[in-house]
Amino acid sequence: MPQEAVLEAALAEDLEGCFERMVREYQDRLYSFAHRLAGNPEDAEEITQDAFVRAYRAMKTYPAERIRALSLKAWLYQITLNVARNRRRRKNHKLVSIDARDGDGRALFEPEDDPGSRPDSRFEEGRRRADIATLVAALPERYRSALILRYMEGLRLEEVAAVLKQPLGTVKSNVHRAVNALREALSNSRRGGAMARQEVVS
Amino acid sequence: MKHDAATPAPDTSGVLRALRGSPSHRAPASLLPAVLSRVGLADLYWLLDSPVGAVYIAASPAGISMVSRAKSAREFERRFERLRGRTVSRAESRPPTVVQALMKNLKRRDRAKLQFDLRGLSEFERAVLMKALEIPGGEVRPYSWIAREIGHPEAVRAVGTALGKNPVPLLIPCHRVVRADGTIGKYSMGGSRVKRALLEVEGVEPKTIEDLAARGIRYLGNEKGRWYCYPTCGGTLSLARSNKVPFHSAGEALAAGYHPCEACRPAA
Repeated sequence: MPQEAVLEAALAEDLEGCFERMVREYQDRLYSFAHRLAGNPEDAEEITQDAFVRAYRAMKTYPAERIRALSLKAWLYQITLNVARNRRRRKNHKLVSIDARDGDGRALFEPEDDPGSRPDSRFEEGRRRADIATLVAALPERYRSALILRYMEGLRLEEVAAVLKQPLGTVKSNVHRAVNALREALSNSRRGGAMARQEVVS
Repeated sequence: MKHDAATPAPDTSGVLRALRGSPSHRAPASLLPAVLSRVGLADLYWLLDSPVGAVYIAASPAGISMVSRAKSAREFERRFERLRGRTVSRAESRPPTVVQALMKNLKRRDRAKLQFDLRGLSEFERAVLMKALEIPGGEVRPYSWIAREIGHPEAVRAVGTALGKNPVPLLIPCHRVVRADGTIGKYSMGGSRVKRALLEVEGVEPKTIEDLAARGIRYLGNEKGRWYCYPTCGGTLSLARSNKVPFHSAGEALAAGYHPCEACRPAA
């Protein structure tokens, strides 16, 4: 029996007794994944913690057969990805509405243009430094997670499709486009980065 | 490497190399304890007084996971981690009342209320420990009794090994298991001297057991009831000395028309 199946069977049998083994087995992978998604260690640790806690609570409500039938690795990646996405969404919600006004009816939010905080400029910076992590971080979400899972986490395409709950064809083409975009960005930066910025992803 | 459909033309090899070569990060050491504590699976410990001095007692949500003497909390924490493969931290709460009461009086009969976390032990080892739990305070049984009771009469030596690995001494009273020849035997938490002292605290006189054994006496018979027992069986202790009939073996007792006591279940 492969390692993953052994662990699934053990968890189905004795969740409380085997949960720690599961955390030890997957904590480096999931933390690394969360780090790539979030880009910093603080968020990465919180995301990973939340993901394991959610996994535990979910498994507590599952009958044994369902735990045994989980594709544990893909399932854990999926939870981690969801936690990371939800956090991002929550963070965005916390921002004051662009139309918010103070007591005197003045706009709280002046749409000041800080070029340093725009995604485009993050991309430009990554391009300048030929820094792959920065470039990946600046990719649109639908390309980024597929790319990270496939090439940084080393999952098979079928596994990526399972994590993202997308058809295999969609995953293939997203990964393909992401790689092409990165290649273009990198080669531009090597040529001096003076070229006009092209559409990142076709 | 074989190119799958999603791997574009070869000139992307630099990108793929960079992606695969990007550093991965190891989870910080704080992650596991935080997760376990959030889902309520962390082990916590208390320092309690016991008949053998201060002991550290750890429990997980599954039950008591370790009882151990240690020179310092740090030493206990390290030992726990080494033996159980997980971390343990000092409890803020008070220990369970049953545990507190038992540390004051080991003979209390409410051990049945205790849950033990014996994860990591084999089925055989658990069976041995659960059987030791049945021996009442003030009594002792030989290793062979446990072996027989759990259905492995030939595994006497393995019973001794399993008891030696008892992660929760005092609470699972492995000190109540002695050698068939009457010698008190080994004790994992401080050696035979501590074991003798514990038995004395519980009202067993090690000297008496040893004297009987030295004379080759394994069982005592109740003359009126015509049953035979282990010498420390509660049923026999209450009898007058004159009523006790010594036997060197179960065969001898059976031949004399005695039957085995139903409380202490000697060999038959």
